[in-house]
Amino acid sequence: MKEPEINESLIKEHGLTAGEYAKILEILGRTPTFTELGIFSVMWSEHCSYKSSRIHFRNFPTSAPWVVQGPGENAGVIDIGDGLCAVFKMESHNHPSFIEPYQGAATGVGGILRDIFTMGARPVASLNSLRFGPLDDPLQRRLLSGVVSGIAGYGNCIGVPTVGGEAYFHPCYGGNILVNVFNLGIVKKEKIFKGTASGAGNPVIYVGSKTGRDGIHGVTMASEEFTDDAEQKKPNVQVGDPFTEKLLLEACLEAMGKDLIVGIQDMGGAGLTSSSSEMAGRAGTGVELHIEKVPPREKDMIPYEFMLSESQERMLIVVSKGKEEELLDIFRKWDLEAVVIGRVMDDGFLTVKWNGKTVAQIPAAKISSEAPLYDRPSERPAWQDGLQKLDLGSIALPTDYNSVLLELLASPNIASKEMIWQEYDHMVRTNTVVLPGSDAAVIRVKESGGSGVKGLAMTVDCSSRYCYLDPYLGGMHAVAEAARNIACSGARPLAVTDNLNFGNPEKPEVMWQFVNAVKGIGEACRALQTPVIGGNVSFYNETKGQAIYPTPTIGMVGILEDVEKHLTQGFKLEGDAVVLLGLTKEELGGSEYLAVIHGMEKGMPPSLDLQAESRLHALLTQAVPILHSAHDCSEGGVAAALAESSISGNIGAEISLKDISAPGTRKDALLFGESSGRVVASLSEGDLAALKLLCENHGVPLFLIGKTGGKNLNIDSEIGVPVSRLSEVHKKSLKNRVESR
Amino acid sequence: MIGIVVFPGSNCDHDCYHVFKHVMGVPARFIWHKEDKIPEGTEAVVLPGGFSYGDYLRTGALARLSPVMGAVQRFAGAGGPVMGICNGFQILVEAGLLPGALLRNRGLKFICKDVHLEVSLEKPPGETPFTNALRKGQVLRLPIAHAEGNYFINPEGLSALKENGQIVFRYSTAEGRITPEANPNGSVENIAGIINRQGNVLGMMPHPERCAEAVLGNTDGKLLFESILSFLSGTKTV
Repeated sequence: MKEPEINESLIKEHGLTAGEYAKILEILGRTPTFTELGIFSVMWSEHCSYKSSRIHFRNFPTSAPWVVQGPGENAGVIDIGDGLCAVFKMESHNHPSFIEPYQGAATGVGGILRDIFTMGARPVASLNSLRFGPLDDPLQRRLLSGVVSGIAGYGNCIGVPTVGGEAYFHPCYGGNILVNVFNLGIVKKEKIFKGTASGAGNPVIYVGSKTGRDGIHGVTMASEEFTDDAEQKKPNVQVGDPFTEKLLLEACLEAMGKDLIVGIQDMGGAGLTSSSSEMAGRAGTGVELHIEKVPPREKDMIPYEFMLSESQERMLIVVSKGKEEELLDIFRKWDLEAVVIGRVMDDGFLTVKWNGKTVAQIPAAKISSEAPLYDRPSERPAWQDGLQKLDLGSIALPTDYNSVLLELLASPNIASKEMIWQEYDHMVRTNTVVLPGSDAAVIRVKESGGSGVKGLAMTVDCSSRYCYLDPYLGGMHAVAEAARNIACSGARPLAVTDNLNFGNPEKPEVMWQFVNAVKGIGEACRALQTPVIGGNVSFYNETKGQAIYPTPTIGMVGILEDVEKHLTQGFKLEGDAVVLLGLTKEELGGSEYLAVIHGMEKGMPPSLDLQAESRLHALLTQAVPILHSAHDCSEGGVAAALAESSISGNIGAEISLKDISAPGTRKDALLFGESSGRVVASLSEGDLAALKLLCENHGVPLFLIGKTGGKNLNIDSEIGVPVSRLSEVHKKSLKNRVESR
Repeated sequence: MIGIVVFPGSNCDHDCYHVFKHVMGVPARFIWHKEDKIPEGTEAVVLPGGFSYGDYLRTGALARLSPVMGAVQRFAGAGGPVMGICNGFQILVEAGLLPGALLRNRGLKFICKDVHLEVSLEKPPGETPFTNALRKGQVLRLPIAHAEGNYFINPEGLSALKENGQIVFRYSTAEGRITPEANPNGSVENIAGIINRQGNVLGMMPHPERCAEAVLGNTDGKLLFESILSFLSGTKTV
């Protein structure tokens, strides 16, 4: 490839505005070279620079005594005691997964794993949050199948269990599926590594796969809306090689154990460009790269392509001077390519040389510190008010509540996701204590000691319908529900990573959704003491002008001091008392019931009392020793929650809901309404008095609603269904939708 | 001493090590695939699950050519107990230490779930190092996690397996019935695990190391490890 001349159309092709280009001229004091233009264009893309979102993150709480590393590094870190830390992060691979579902999702997993082991941690558990259009569309079935197989193909091979997640289906994702992947690793506190290039003279080493032309401008693609030419973007999607990543993981962890590494960063989005400039930027140093030394995969590549390639499974390592041979030996042992390609400088420049000739020289720190920052205009959409209006009087009560419950259990958003998670190896590493399908996944931390082996609970969550109806309240709900899921496993919620998926931020309505969701998340995280320690923003989730519902996915992690003392959602014994914790109101706005049964997405999401929520979570962690099960009430309300507890435990129940709400509450709201802050739990009748006392102490409303036992789930006179029937509908619905066409 | 072979893409190596070392409380060590000898004092060898070389060609096809496999062949030839789990089973088949082949699952997809296994062994239990804590007809619950676990063998091979009592585990219902519905991957006659003629090399698709601790909700797998240890305590080294 021959280097083109820098002109207006080339600048535009690189997605840079006139203002941004003027800033480049100011930083350099001259016209950029082609390579430099490429570097700025990727580093200043929305994906890398967060230029539209950064300004709003001031709203997030980011610190707590247990937070070791907040936002800004490759991943956030929390202290979990015993000298150990948990490192976790979530990232999106939405655009590539739409274009090429298997590889797009696979490389998403590869990228998030590298973010974790870059920090010195061994990845031990993955989650994912997937969103597609309705499954009666063959394209969506193909996308679902490809994405799940891609995640499985990568995660299973590398041997990191995928222990849970969520899958959600809605027409708004038909043209823009969401693939958000989460990973968590464990590291000794004194062995955390960072992406810094310090110590002038230290060698810079390139390790891993060769560099090809794949993925060039991948981040730019992720920063644009899709038009009709999405298919033509296939070459922008990278191809994953989990086996090489496994070698890279083991070799990096081995080298980290030997005190050879000064700093390390993976080459993810924007490849060599972002890793080198960010490492120098963080350390306040410079880096000089001799780009002809990078192992090429293809012939006749030019510096521009080397710098912008997003070939997978590559890392950049700064090693202590004199120790490079020792490091290279480790990579040879694992049959990996490792080459010294440059050194750390004290001049503050990212200098790129090609056979001795300088092709780029940019002040490294300025690439990020001078990156554009936009406070984009935001405006409440004109249609928002109409959306929030809901006249319950016009909605007829169901005549057959049994069929409503079965229809809800068959809704792909409520139905069992077994067919998805059975394709993931969710048990490798033998730590998975609570398997997929409960409120939160729980893993044990083998390395922890003390009175018992510790556990970590984790979940990903977001009700995008709530966020669409009211982004502020919806953002709060996403956090509150994630925390409630964690608490239902018996764990104490600790911290959050987020993945904010939105439409085009240049549209004021989308920006309004974003700003308000971020506010809601910040407020809930403050109230629940779960700081945001990292995350990712994915804008431009639009196709032909149609944006997705705002989807700020929350990944949350909590801790169990003794992993054996955990809770799951299924009823355990016949004759147990069944209780409902929390208040039930006449709230149907934004419910799955309203959407599935009445075809309406209207009203305000349920109200949310964050203080009550926090008290509920504290109560649950205290009540673990006496509870036999706990399950959050969310989509489908208390009826769906009871059904799921029955299905999981294969035990029926005799339930009466007449006392849980004010007299005269609509029956459908009582059964299927989604009032927040509620949990269905079961326990021995003999422990009821103890639970009552705990509830009084924590200020949590408690309602005794029935007893487990028998083969049917009976709720007042409205519902009576054999558990076997509930189970069949719940377990087979998704599979039937995918396979029977 | 239990030796656990580590291929570059093994990923159940740590799990097997953990079971022997921390659950069963016996010494264990890793054997790197580039080694061409089984270390002195090794009493049993485990080939763990994983994706030894990425499984890009055919599962186990490349691992078979690793230097360590010559050593494993000699160790097994001398009567040493060798256990291959999942990818380990695939490698043993590729290496010719066990008959048959493992094909892509009938449903083409990777499957991770608990299955029931009927202990089918014909040999008196005490005769194999892996099954002396089990009895014929017993039903175990163990997880599988594989995309290529569909055991295939030709009719002559199958008769030989039966004649010699080499079929150790078959996929079954919870009650121990061998039905097509209980077969997760399409294996011939629901075969989940077999042993060689001499009775010292076992290959099985299910993962006993994933269910050997109460905290993981199931301890059925521990019976296999107890068998190995009680066998070894009778016959020290090979």
